[in-house]
This record gives sequence, structure tokens and C-alpha cells, in this order.
Amino acid sequence: MAENMKPTEVESRRLWSPAGALSSAIGAFSRSAKRYRMEWWILVAGLLIVALILFMTFFPGLFSAYSPNSQDGPQLKAPSPGHIMGTDNLGRDVWARVVYGSQTILGVAISASLLSAIVGIPLGLISGFAGNWADKVLSLVMDSIYSFPGLILAIAFAAMLGPGVVNITLAVAVVYVPKYFRLVRGQTLQIKEEPYVEAAKAIGAKRSTTLFRYVFPNVIATVVVVFSLNIADAIMTEAALSFIGLGLPAGIPDWGMDLSMGKKFLPSGTWWMITFPGLAIMLLALGFTMLGEGLAEILNPRLQEY
Amino acid sequence: MKRILNYLIARILLTIPMLFILLTLVFVVLRVMPGDPVSSMLGGHAPQAVIDAKREALGLNKPIFFQYLDYLGQLARLDLGESMNFKEKVSTPILQKLPATIELTLAGIIVALGIGIPLGVRSARLRRTWQDSVIRFFANITYCIPVYWMGLMFQMLFGVFLNLFPIAGRVGTRVDSSEFDRTGFYIIDTLLKGNFTAFGDVMYHLVLPAVTLGLTLSGVFIRMTRANMLDSLKSDFVLATRARGVAENRVVYTHALKNALIPVVTMLGLEFAALLAGAILTETTFSWPGMGRLLLERIYNRDYPVIQGIIIFYALFVSVVSLLVDIIYAVIDPRVKL
Amino acid sequence: MPATMTATGGSAGPPSGDGAVAGTGEVLLGVRNLSIHYPIAIGTVRAVTDLSLDVYRGEVLGVVGESGCGKSTLGLSILNLQKSPGRIVSGEILVNGHDILALGPEDIRAVRGPKIGMIFQNPLTSLDPLMSIKDHFIETMRAHDPKIRKGQIIARAEAMLEDLGIEKRRLSEYPFQLSGGMRQRIMIGLTLILDPELLLADEPTTALDVIVEAGFTELLAKLKRKYNLTVVLVSHNLGLVAEIADRIAVMYAGRIVELATALEIFQDPRHPYTRGLMDCVPNILLDRKELVAMPGSPPDLVNESPCCPFAPRCPKVFARCLAETPRLLADAAPAGAAPAAAASAPAASAAAPRAVACFLHERTN
Ligand SMILES: Nc1ncnc2c1ncn2[C@@H]1O[C@H](COP(=O)(O)OP(=O)(O)OP(=O)(O)O)[C@@H](O)[C@H]1O
Ligand code: SF4
Ligand SMILES: [Mg+2]
Repeated sequence: MAENMKPTEVESRRLWSPAGALSSAIGAFSRSAKRYRMEWWILVAGLLIVALILFMTFFPGLFSAYSPNSQDGPQLKAPSPGHIMGTDNLGRDVWARVVYGSQTILGVAISASLLSAIVGIPLGLISGFAGNWADKVLSLVMDSIYSFPGLILAIAFAAMLGPGVVNITLAVAVVYVPKYFRLVRGQTLQIKEEPYVEAAKAIGAKRSTTLFRYVFPNVIATVVVVFSLNIADAIMTEAALSFIGLGLPAGIPDWGMDLSMGKKFLPSGTWWMITFPGLAIMLLALGFTMLGEGLAEILNPRLQEY
Repeated sequence: MKRILNYLIARILLTIPMLFILLTLVFVVLRVMPGDPVSSMLGGHAPQAVIDAKREALGLNKPIFFQYLDYLGQLARLDLGESMNFKEKVSTPILQKLPATIELTLAGIIVALGIGIPLGVRSARLRRTWQDSVIRFFANITYCIPVYWMGLMFQMLFGVFLNLFPIAGRVGTRVDSSEFDRTGFYIIDTLLKGNFTAFGDVMYHLVLPAVTLGLTLSGVFIRMTRANMLDSLKSDFVLATRARGVAENRVVYTHALKNALIPVVTMLGLEFAALLAGAILTETTFSWPGMGRLLLERIYNRDYPVIQGIIIFYALFVSVVSLLVDIIYAVIDPRVKL
Repeated sequence: MPATMTATGGSAGPPSGDGAVAGTGEVLLGVRNLSIHYPIAIGTVRAVTDLSLDVYRGEVLGVVGESGCGKSTLGLSILNLQKSPGRIVSGEILVNGHDILALGPEDIRAVRGPKIGMIFQNPLTSLDPLMSIKDHFIETMRAHDPKIRKGQIIARAEAMLEDLGIEKRRLSEYPFQLSGGMRQRIMIGLTLILDPELLLADEPTTALDVIVEAGFTELLAKLKRKYNLTVVLVSHNLGLVAEIADRIAVMYAGRIVELATALEIFQDPRHPYTRGLMDCVPNILLDRKELVAMPGSPPDLVNESPCCPFAPRCPKVFARCLAETPRLLADAAPAGAAPAAAASAPAASAAAPRAVACFLHERTN
């Protein structure tokens, strides 16, 4: 009985496929770009920055002739044609360390964001969908963590776990779980009330079916935006942790660590040791922020009224 | 007044479960996670007997649940325990460093609001002009500038190259530390003693750290102020006030801005956590002797009771500020249902 | 002229039986060739096009028309206020003969309030939520007389509240503590306390419920007498307009398509749009009814075309209508109907002959 009453029309429209999503996103993009005089360049610039740095990460050899750890150069030399960004106190080429350092920070930031998403999204979905006492407790816990300064939490974790790539990733990931949780839970609560979900429930669709067929695909759109902004945030947190010396063992090229090294030599005026790694952090974070905001504009053109 | 009092009580009651969860979280992170504080503190080569004795003394040999009860009991007595490395109570170094952190944080807020609100208003009033674009670009960029990097660049530029500002510490060496024995807030102490040269020196040292911290946070307030200003400039009551012939400046600054600032106040509470995080990094950069520096020092020394105490203090700090913000909100908005 | 029109022309009495308070023949407000545009992403919204209108001292002029025809835009422009991104592209607004569009920011302030007061469509959001009612009054009066004492303001505000039927203790309350009807009356009080010559009311009752709305008509009539007001009343509500307006301007697509006494509009509508409106309201004098939508879609204000804006929906459209836009021209009433109407109509209408923007009527002249 329930079977043949399924609102197939509604359902087929809500089924999610990557190709469909992409094409509708492009459609939405060009439409809203026209209607709201959208600043599409934000998205494009963000994409360009991210793509460029990703390329650099995967093919560092194309960008730098030096190895990031070779100490063959002159020490503390200002930028010159041989070393375009100068050298550090150990005679390492700063540009090489910027190029190779992108691997560390991107690796940590992306895996940490993925990890928080993997934990936070299902928790948020289930919590929001269930809406019972467990939801209340979980929300309270997540809200408490969320209200606490993320960096201090990450510092505590990193301090307990000790240095290491995996450990720093974990420390960064913990901070952002509540973000996904709150976002997804909020959206789930909203979508649960939508007529088509109500209809699916009324015709006897199983809870898990409603959850994954209707709620999840709708949440994904917002998650994409937040994921991109989250990577930007994670970049800042990773760099901060390694700047204060809690992140990584020596030997791994890392922008934050290079900055703290540069700080020691700052009174002698070696500006190149701090300028370039910091610029790199900023540019990378900016790229992901612009990407996220550009996406947000497509998904929610109303924001553009402002 | 009674309205505010009732509200206050309700709000404090709401803070308790949140604080409890945070305290539990601190416990979990510092005690349940892998890593043995005692052996790492004693350096790994200590004889087992010594380690055991120390564990016994710290109560770390009990089952974890009883450790948790001990921990809560201690906190309930407002006792944070003893330092592992120094002969001092945990609260001693914390209370000594707290004023420095509060001073820096408040100065940071003042700078952030002092930049954020006027620029946000300007940006809203000049919507879609080049000035608006520049301000919005600046706001977006501040999100992505690491606060410690901006601090380093300022130190390099204003300290090393131009030699305009000091780059470390709260005060110069010429000022005697006995000047600050009253409250630990250098600004207040110097004013209490009427020592204006010392006061000037304190302010002079505060400039770079406060501007660094404030600038990186100003972006949020620019965006927030701008968006809310645009909303309230469009609102019916602004139009109606104009139609009654009230002067434009008054319309904008009394009506539109006041209404736009209410969400900004809420934002201030939410952003305070970010401000504290930024303060830790700023303290590191400017060798500012506050709680953040203390935390990092004790992490290197593996002084777990103090680390725990500091984190608890931060949790308290956040709760108190969010309470304050809610009270301010209740005072300025007559609509808050109490 | 079609026979039906002449037949209805001479029958019933005037809808607003209040000829005594009507116009004096002196033009208080003159709108000359006003055009207002909203430039938006997809083009320019021509909200008001080449509109001219005279308002006589002492009269009540009703402005009616479908939603989006530019009524509010016109109303706001009389105070030289536009909602962003609106802009007056041409025209003059004459108050007592002086063009207020030429005034600087300080001088226009002296017009807003003391000369022309405006009350808005939405009383619920038209008061600042963070300010007490008392402070609203203080601010309003101080804006025009910085030296006035607080006690004096309070005394006047209390007297005003009494006129409006609100207890004085409400003065110290905040907007959110008042009902919609009370806020509406506070808005009126804030406007009248400055003793304006002209009161602009933009759909003052739309947001209110029916009972409050009924009281509003009486209140307005009372206040009009007491404060010697000239009123421009913008409304969807034909019933309301019929009750108190001396003359009615019918707007369509940013233009006035017909302007005549209330009696003439209801009994002898000439423009096909006005006639359509009347057909939608079977018995206007007995039945309070909102304007009912007519068949066809409202006009597109973005794309310019040379035809009569009503042509796509007009039952009488003919070739010329598609090639030119009719202008608002005086339309002499047919001999049979004129004397009866003119005798009972207010003096103002004698000074201003009825006007219609339709080629059918241009042809009869
Ligand atoms: N801020 C604005 N931006 C762009 N277009 C606008 C704006 N305000 C009004 N318009 C357009 O101008 C035209 C006239 O609007 P206006 O508000 O004057 O109509 P109205 O007759 O008062 O309608 P209503 O009866 O609904 O209040 C409408 O087509 C509207 O879409
Ligand atoms: S001018 Fe033509 S189209 Fe316009 S109203 Fe008159 S008859 Fe209709
Ligand atoms: Mg309107």
C-alpha cells in the first residue's frame, strides 16, 4: 500500500548525484551571478590560489632547486638571485622551506578537517534526527567545547600527546568537531520539518531512509562551504601550534616553526625569515576562505544583498 | 533593577552545567589521555620506587573515577593544588600573571571595537563605493593574518627598523617592580601611585601588542557592524525618524547604530574565546608575562597541576565574560524577556 | 459618451458627505512632472513617471491603485525621501510654491515634520525598539526646537496622547509593550505634535485589524478638524477612501490615470482601469472591500514601451493606444451629468476639473 503511494516525483528531484549537483551548482552560479551582480571573482581567485599551492605541494621539485633541509647555503643571507627569499641561520634556503612546508601544513589542515567532519557530521545528523535526551546532553557538551577557546584546547591536547604529525592533526581536529556538529544538527532540525520529509515519513519510509535520502544530501551543500572555511581555520591553528613549539619534531619543514626560528633572529633585522613563511600562511588561509565564501554566495545568494 | 537581578540569577544557574562540562573535559584531556605525567616529569630514568611515591602523593594511583571525584572536590574547595616543580600553590603564579592577560585582552577589545565599529559604519554608509570595497577587503584579510605574524612584522618594522616602540615586556627596566605591588594591573597601580612617567611607559609598552591583537579581531566586527548597519538603515523606524525631520547624524548614530550594535554585543561574547587564543599568541610574540606564557612555560616543564589550573582559569574567564555580555545585553535591550 | 455612464452620473449623494471641510482652492502641494527610478541589476524600475498633481489646502485626497504602482514611492518623494536605490530623476515638488527638491539637508529638515508629516504602513516597526515613547517625543520636538524644555514637551505629549485615547503612563513604556493600534496612534501623535499642514498617510490601516481600522477613520476625521489638516491618504482600501476622501487619484504603473472627486470616481468612472476597479467592488458604499485584483498581470515597470501602460489589460484598446502614451488631460463632463455633480462637489474640484489619461476621453474633448 505504502509502496505505490510513494511521491516519486518529489523523491526523484531530491535524489542526489554528483553530476546533478555540479550542473545545478553551475546553473545556480550563473543565474545568481547575473541577478545579484555577484562578485564571482572571489570564488575564482580562491580557486586559483588553492590550485596553485596544491600544485606546488605535489611538485615541489618544479619550484625549488634546493632541498628544504640542506644546510649548504650561506647563513642569514638576505634575498639575492641565488636565494630569492634568502637563507636562514642554518644556511637553508627560505623559498625551499616555503615550498616544502606547504606539504606539512596542507596535510595536517586537510586531514584534521576531514577527521572533524567525519566525527561531527554523523553525530550532528543522528543527534538532530533523534532529538531526545541524548541529543540534549550531546548538544550541551558540544556547545561547551565550542564556547572554549579552540587554540587552548588544541594546546592542551598537543601538550599531552607530544610532538608528531599525527598528534598535531588530532589536536587540531578536536577543536572543529563541535562546529560540524552544531551546523549539521541545526540543519537537520530544519530539514526534518520540510514538507517532503514529512511526506516521506507519513508514507512510512524508514527512519534511516529519510535520514540518508533526504536529510544528508541537503546538509552536504552547507558542509562543503564550511569545510573550505574550516581548512582555512585549521591552517591557522596548525601554524599557531607549531609556532609556539608544540607541533612537530625538528626536521619537518613547517611554516609555523620557521616563524618561531625567525623570531629569535628578529633583533638582528633578518626580515626575510619571518616575512615569507607568514605570507605563505596568510595566502593559503586566504585562498580557502575566498573559496568558501565564493561557494557560500552561490548557495545563498541573499547574502549578496549586503 | 529587579528584572536584571532575576535575569542574573537565571543566567548564572545556566552557566553551571557548562562550566561543569568544561571542567570534566579538562580532566579527561589531562588525566585520561595517554602519557604519564610523573615519569615524564622525573625524566624517565628515575627509580620505580621514586615514581610510585610521587604518584601516591599526587593521588594518581587511585582508580580514575576516584581521581575525578578528588578533582571535583578540590575545585569545590577552590583549591587548585600544588605545583609539581616548584614549592608553590598552583594559584600563586596564575593570580600573579592574570592581570597582565586581562590588561592585554581589554586593550585588544578596545582596539578591535575602536577599529571595527567606525569602519563597519563607514562601509555600510558608503555601500558599493570603492571605500566600502577597501574596508571589506581589509576585514576579510584580517581573518587570515596570523596574529603572531602580524606581531612579528610590527616588531620588525616599528621596533627594529624604526625604533619607535618597545617590542617586549609590560614595562621598561627603568621602572621599579615595587611600583606594581597593589593590584598587579600596571595601568591601575601606576595611576594609584600617581606615577605618571611609569604610567606612560606602561601604555607605551601596551601599544604594539594591543594593536596587533585588536587588528586581527577587528575584521569580525567590521563585517558584523556593516551587515547590521545595512539592516537597520533600511528599517522602517529609521525612515520614520527621518520623516520627522530628525537630523541625519542623529538618525544614523543614535537609531541605526544603536540597534545595529546589539548583535555586535552578542558577537563580542562569542569572539572572546578567539580573543583569548589570540592573546596567548600575542603574549608569546611580545614576551608579555601573562597566563598564556605561563601555560607554555609549564608545558615545557611538564608541571601538570599548573597546566590544569591555567586551563580551568581560562574556562572561568570565558564563562564570566559571556555572563557579563548577557547582562550588558539585558541592560541595553528593553525587549529581553526575563 | 456611453449611455450607462450618464445614467449613473446624476443619482446618489456624495460619498464623503463632508463638503464643509474640503479645499479652499489654494494649492498647498504641487507635484510637477515627477519621475522616480530605481536602478537595479536587471534594469531600471520606473516607479513614478512624469506625474503631476495638485493638493488643495483643507482637502482629503485619496490615492488608490494596485500594489506596486508607485504609491509609496510618490508619498516618500514628497518629503524628498527615497528608499535606496531610488532616485528622483526629474520634476519638482512645490510646497507653498517652493521647490523642496532644491533645499539643502538642513532646510529640508524644517519641511519634514513641521510642514508635512507622514505616517507609515507598518506601525509595528516604525518606532525605535530601544527608545521609550517619551524619548521619541523629546527627540522629535527637539529636532525642530533645540531649546524647548523637557517639561513642556511632556505636557504637550500628554495632551496629545489624551486626544489619541492613550493613557499618559504609556509615555514611559517601550514600543514592544504597546499593541499595534496603540503604536499606530503614537506614530500619529509624533507626527501631529509638530503641527504639520499636510498629513501623508501611507496605507495607515493595512497592518491593523478591522476593529482598530474602523476607529481609525473617525480618529482621522476628528484630528483633521482639530489640527486643520490637509490629508493625502494612500490606500488599497476603497472603502476607507470613499469614507473620507474629497478627491481621488487613481494610479496605474507610476502614473495618475484618473483624478476626480470621490463622487465622480465612484459613480462615473471614466478611465477603463477605474471602471475595472469599480466593477470589482459591487457596492462600494455599503460594502467595505479591498481592491480586488483585475484580470491580467500588473504592468512591467522595467521595460519601456511607447504604448498606453494599461493597453495589455484594457477591454477598449485600439490602434492608437499601442503607439502612444496618453497624457492626463482635463475631461469636461458631459452636459447632462455635470451640474448635479458640481453642485455637491467641494470647492476644490471646481478649481480642478476632473482629468483622465485615456485616448477615448481625449477624443471626446
Ligand atoms: N527599494 C526598491 N528597490 C527597487 N525597486 C523598488 C524598491 N521599492 C519599490 N520598488 C519598485 O517600485 C515600484 C513601486 O513601489 P511602491 O512601493 O511605490 O509601490 P506601492 O504602490 O506603494 O505598492 P504597495 O501597495 O504594495 O505598497 C514597485 O514596482 C517596486 O517593485
Ligand atoms: S488609452 Fe487605450 S489602452 Fe489606454 S486605457 Fe484608454 S483605451 Fe485603454
Ligand atoms: Mg506602498
